[in-house]
Formats: sequence, structure tokens, C-alpha cells
Amino acid sequence: MTRIDTTFASLKSQGRAGLVTFVMAGDPDHETSAAIIAALPGAGADVIELGMPFTDPMADGPAIQAAGLRALKAGATLRQTLELVRGFRNTNGTTPIVLMGYYNPIYVYGVEKFLVDAKDAGVDGLIVVDLPPEEDAELCLPALKAGLNFIRLATPTTDDKRLPAVLANTSGFVYYVSITGITGSAAPDTNKVAAAVARIKRHTQLPVAVGFGVRRAEQARDFGAAADAVVVGSALVDTVRAHLTADGAPGPETVPAVAALVTDLAAGVKAARSK
Amino acid sequence: MTIQQPNSFRTGPDEHGRFGNFGGRFVAETLMPLILDLEKAYTDARRDPAFQREMDGHLKTFVGRPSPLYFAERMTAHLGGAKIYFKREELNHTGAHKVNNVLGQIMLARRMGKKRIIAETGAGMHGVATATLCARFGLDCIVYMGAVDVARQEPNVFRMKMLGAEVRPVQSGTRTLKDAMNEALRDWVTNVADTFYCIGTVAGPHPYPMMVRDFQSIIGQETRVQMQEAEGRLPDSLVACIGGGSNAMGLFHPFLDDRQVEIYGVEAAGHGLTGLHAASIAGGRPGVLHGNRTYLLMNEDGQIQDAHSISAGLDYPGIGPEHAWLHDVGRVNFLSATDDEAVAALQLCSRLEGIIPALESAHALAQVEKIAPQKPKDHLMVVNISGRGDKDLASVAQYLAERA
Repeated sequence: MTRIDTTFASLKSQGRAGLVTFVMAGDPDHETSAAIIAALPGAGADVIELGMPFTDPMADGPAIQAAGLRALKAGATLRQTLELVRGFRNTNGTTPIVLMGYYNPIYVYGVEKFLVDAKDAGVDGLIVVDLPPEEDAELCLPALKAGLNFIRLATPTTDDKRLPAVLANTSGFVYYVSITGITGSAAPDTNKVAAAVARIKRHTQLPVAVGFGVRRAEQARDFGAAADAVVVGSALVDTVRAHLTADGAPGPETVPAVAALVTDLAAGVKAARSK
Repeated sequence: MTIQQPNSFRTGPDEHGRFGNFGGRFVAETLMPLILDLEKAYTDARRDPAFQREMDGHLKTFVGRPSPLYFAERMTAHLGGAKIYFKREELNHTGAHKVNNVLGQIMLARRMGKKRIIAETGAGMHGVATATLCARFGLDCIVYMGAVDVARQEPNVFRMKMLGAEVRPVQSGTRTLKDAMNEALRDWVTNVADTFYCIGTVAGPHPYPMMVRDFQSIIGQETRVQMQEAEGRLPDSLVACIGGGSNAMGLFHPFLDDRQVEIYGVEAAGHGLTGLHAASIAGGRPGVLHGNRTYLLMNEDGQIQDAHSISAGLDYPGIGPEHAWLHDVGRVNFLSATDDEAVAALQLCSRLEGIIPALESAHALAQVEKIAPQKPKDHLMVVNISGRGDKDLASVAQYLAERA
């Protein structure tokens, strides 16, 4: 059992959906990012997705692209992302952390070394956007062997024929991308999402989280009624951006603003099944 | 490390889309079913004689093939060594080799029932070729182009618009070719049902590197026949410039198993290999970007670095995965030429041969200037004049004015 498995088991026994929050590691700088991450569980985040900054995020919209570039400009590296996780684990031993990003920084770091260092820092799972099942030998299989969850994205183009291949080496949870598109696009209607989640659940016992396009508490509530968890990302990194000074420096409101949005979204998710 | 030489250099890629350890299919799940569909459609088309027949017809009457193999008499005399031939890809309709590949992909898109074509472009030649064939076949065309390139390749932007294409300037990242490719991939992820992504070079996820290579191989196939006709034997060496590497792969691939043929690929060394450049083999390391593993310019954290070349068509921090493999197994010699050397070669070729080559092709000519004098007079050297230089006149004029 990883922290991810434990968390979803606990959510199930509480009879509610979870809130998965995505923030970019090192955005807007290392210290502020550490403070944001530390504030997430108290504000209601059940799982933390931590973006690994990359210069060329092919599946991300403008908000997350900009967050990654802010982090890189402030000197973020994969090594420092792992330091953020290590620092978080000094005070929190229960909230799962999933690293999300692209393969090249991990490949250049060295897969074996990365898996050892990530596990040691307290990482629980990985989402690597540009590693489909066809490339499982690269990182997925070694990660599973190292005791990390490898969480796969399923999309509207993943049909019933392909779904078993996508689910085969997936663990922790399945991340259903609610739209064909990049992060931060408009969300689809709830009925479509509910049907897609039901379709995936016919193929797997794993929890299903839904993301891409969730920005407000009401949407979180609606999606939470259909899925085991709701992922919010672009809205949070947009909140970081909106609370920086003109020259990009963090201010006194940066961390509280993100926490306030998470509190709001968490209330939405918690209301999902209490109707 | 000893690298085993294969029995043939022409069998790749394997079923996973790999050339040795390079290539692959590193794409988001949303695109994976599309790429598998494309691979199947291409495999079917390749086996269909009617597809090849139709393509041959368009290549002849629309593109204007075969392109001539031309004896560059005055350049040969000037350099005093090898007998130099130009493969005149700049005489193709739209002025570069790019159209060979675009024709193949557009015919495949039609076969797959796709009505909306997207493309990325650097210098604009691939964008112009795509816009041209979309006009010819009545398809919607959207071309992503880095905002920096939009500014430095204005005539091509106008040409694309004239042909009915929509040019979308890309403001993200470094605002050049790699960012245009990111943006095209983002478009494709969003418009999966009706859109065909027409990649302009031998890079990207499998099957693109193989497919683009196959469509461009007509360059080398014609060269074999034409050199037999002109000299009664195969050439002794081949030289081509390399950004992503499609003109080079098209010339090289049919000769890879003729081991006596020396092969030279010329990367863009920009301000020099110790400064800003675009030479992925000379200055990069293996990494994963845009769907494939290949040599990339990046920092120690795996972040992609800005490439620089005076030639927008070579201004890319990667190279096709088959070139990466051909480098590692030692079949192709990778060299480079600086901005200065390329401009000088463009001027020399213009004055000696009455042909203004593209800045891209001028990089190949810059190495010809160095290699040819060392070869005997019976050495037959073919250089690929991949495009014409009209699009570059403003860049060259500005470059010369800054140094006057």
C-alpha cells in the first residue's frame, strides 16, 4: 500500500470524492513553492500533484506553460523538485505526492538514480505525459519495481479496445483527461464525464480522478459526483500568477490566495455526494 | 564502447519505431491512437500500387520531377578538386525539397478522409509547400510559425496567406521552430477527429521519421540513376545540410548500403560551436523531445536550449532519430558550418554558378569548399541544393549590412 492507495481507501470509507491539487514545483520561487505545498493539505487537498518544470510542455495550455517558465527562471531543477518533496515530508507523512511532467528531465537525470532519489524523498507516484504504454520499458516498469505508483492518463480517444493496454501497468489511480485538448481548456459537460468514468470502471478496480478544465467549486462538485477524485491545476497556477508583483515576485497574498481557492474547491468536492 | 555494424543500414525502424536506441513514440495518450491509425494507413498506402502511381503523376506534372543533376563546372574549377554535381531540389515547385514529403502526406490525409491540415514551419518552406498542396486539393490549412521566424521570413508568410492558409504566429517559449512544433502538437491533441498533422522533417513520433524519409528518398533514387547516366557509376561522396535532416535523409538513404560512398551531413554551427548554434550532434546529447529520442541541445537538467542559426530552417535544437543512429554507428560523417561560412558560400555559389541557394543549402556548400579541394579530380561529389535563396535575401542583406 502506498500513500495513494491508503488515501483513496480512506476517501471511499468516508464516502466522498477527493481533491487532487496540481501546482508547479518552484513556482514562483523555491521558498514560496515550499510554502504553497505545505499549505495544501490543511486547505483540503487530498493528493498533491507537483509539476516538474520543462521548457517544452507539449500537452499544457498557457497557464501551466507560464508556471513552468516562471519556475525555471527562478532556477528550478529536478533535483530541487525532489528537495521540495523531502522538505514537505518533514512535517507531513500522509498526503500523497505525485510528480507530473515530461520524460526528458528524468531521462537526463538517469532513470535508476531518479527512482531511488524520488522514493527516498517521499514521492509516491509519477505521471509522465509523453510515456504511453508503448514506452513502458523506459520508466513505468522500473518505477513499479521501485515501489512507486505509475499513474496513466486515459483520454476520450482511449477506446474500449485500447483501454486494457493503458490500464495494464497503471497503479494508484487512473487520471481521466476529460477533453481532447491541453490543460486549462474548457471543461465538457458532466454527463459525458460520468459516462466516461463508468466506462473506465468497467475495466478496472482502480479509483478514477478527472481533470483538465476544472476551475470552480461548482464544477468540482459536479465532477466529484461522478468520479473518485477531481484534479485542479490551471486555476491554481493562475492564482499564483495573479498574486505576484509586477516584476514577478511573490507577495504576502500569494500563498493565502492559493490556499483560499483550495478551501473553496475542497468544499465543492465534499458537497458532491451529500445532496 | 564498440558499436556493432549492421548488415544493412536500410532496415530501420524496428516495430517500435526505433533506429537503434533512437526514435520511438513519446507522445501523450490522446495522440497515441492517432499515431497508430496513421501508421496503419501509411503501411496500407505503401503497399497500394494505385497510391504510388497517383503520386508519381503529381510528382511529374505538379512538382516538376525529376529535378536535374547539374555539373557545377565553374565551382569545380574554382575549388580544383572533386567534380561537383548539384542535385537541383531548388527547382521543384515551391522552391525546395519540402514538397516531395508534403505531397505524400497530403495524399495520405485524403486517403484517411482528413479535411484539416496543420503544419509547423521554420524558414517557411514546409509551410509554403503545405499551403500549396492544400490549395491544390481543397483542404483547410493552418501553419504554426514562431513569431521570430514570421518576422525574418516575411515573403514566405505572404506566400502562405496568398495560397489560402492561415498562419498562426507562436509566441510561446523561444518563438522559433521548436515552439511551432509544440503548438502544432497542442492543436492536434485538441482537434483529433478531423486533423492531419503534416510534419516537415524526419523527426517526431514513429511513423513520421520513416514516412518522411520514404517520401524524400526520391532525391537519392533519382541521383543514382542520373549519375549513372552522366558518369556511368555511382558518386563517391554526398553532402547535404541538416536541421531536422529531411533533405539529407532523402539523398543519403538510397546510398547507405553502398559503403564506398562517403556521406557528409552539415549542421548549423551558428556563431560557432562554443557559442550559440544549432548543431545537435556536435553539441548535444541524447534526450527525448517531440515524440522521439535523439540528440538534443539541452542543459544539465534536461531543459531544451535555444538553437541559433542565420538559417531559420536549421534553427532547431534536435535532429531526426535516424541521423542520430547513423552518427552513432559511424555511417554518416557529421560536420558543421557557421553563419559566416554559409553566407560566404551562398555568395560564391551565386557568382560562380548563377544559382542563389537557400541559406540552409549554403551550409552544405560551405563544407564542399573544404572537402572538394582535398579530393582527386575523378572524385564525384553530389551536394543537395535543397532550396532556393529568394526567401533569404532580406536576412543576407541585413547580415552583410551589419558587417559592412
